[in-house]
Amino acid sequence: MHELAITVIGPDRTGIVADVAEALAGVGANLTDSTMTRLRGHFTMTLICTGPAVDEASAALSSLGDVVTSVRSVAPEFDKSDGGDPYVVSVHGADRLGIVSAVTRVVAAAGGNITDLSTRLTGALYVLIAEVDLPAGVSDELAEQLAVAAAELGVEVTLRRAESEIL
Amino acid sequence: MTAPVAWDGPQGNVLPVVTAPATVLSTVGDEVDPADPAVVQLAADLVATMRVSPGCVGLAATQVGVGAQIFAVDVTGHPKAATTHGTFVLCNAKIIEASRWKAGREGCMSVPDLTGDVKRAGRIVVSAALPGSGEPVEITTDAFEARALQHEIDHCAGKLFLDRVAGAHAIYQRKVYL
Ligand SMILES: [Zn+2]
Repeated sequence: MHELAITVIGPDRTGIVADVAEALAGVGANLTDSTMTRLRGHFTMTLICTGPAVDEASAALSSLGDVVTSVRSVAPEFDKSDGGDPYVVSVHGADRLGIVSAVTRVVAAAGGNITDLSTRLTGALYVLIAEVDLPAGVSDELAEQLAVAAAELGVEVTLRRAESEIL
Repeated sequence: MTAPVAWDGPQGNVLPVVTAPATVLSTVGDEVDPADPAVVQLAADLVATMRVSPGCVGLAATQVGVGAQIFAVDVTGHPKAATTHGTFVLCNAKIIEASRWKAGREGCMSVPDLTGDVKRAGRIVVSAALPGSGEPVEITTDAFEARALQHEIDHCAGKLFLDRVAGAHAIYQRKVYL
């Protein structure tokens, strides 16, 4: 079974998600995991699907016109739940170069695996929220290291345990 | 009915509201002397500024550039409010009991373009002092007033809702000013 990784980026417009989904359905693609959002008004969609060959999927998406697409075959992988503890990192402050790289490097050096991340720039305010799986027992030290990095960047940072009640 | 904590002070001045990334918003406020005339004036100014700001249900001193533990709240008439205490101002407020945690969407005049999902206690007891008299009070409240109090007490500690959002997809670009 082909597993394809596909990205679609272009100007946002009503119906774009339906058009992408329809084009892929037309070549028998089964969307497994996907995410779609708008980034500064650009439509962006990233997805994994099974079914069609790379050429078929590319041809189907080329009918969409004003978008940039990429399609590539990937080896099937499964979510690795290696038992880390879920945490959330918030960073906010004046926008400057290198906030994401500095913060994520500190997280990586502590063995933290970022599982989800979003950033927003609104006016002069830059906001980064990352969900991180941490190895047991490193959170206090990571909090200190993040505080040092944040002070150098002139931004605020908090690290806290993620809430996840099962109801 | 006028609640015993209701604000009953002088007319204040409308002050400009500062927005993130202003440093003062991330500064821990100093405890205040509630009987200090300057503190009473600040209380009046917070109420005046809150009242002229559409949709504003609470305003802390850090949001007008003053690093002090004092804030105004008024959730009267808000659809998500249950218990309400009218317009009131608290000094040096502390949460002494918190329960019934629940996620909800909130915004902030100092972060005008974003909202976020934040877990807050749905029932709290807060101890504080009233400006002017300095009278110690304990306020028990719930629902939206409890959320507003926790948001403002966070401001007094130099925290924004951004420091508490639930996850990477729990912040949202604001489309209309609520
Ligand atoms: Zn606020």
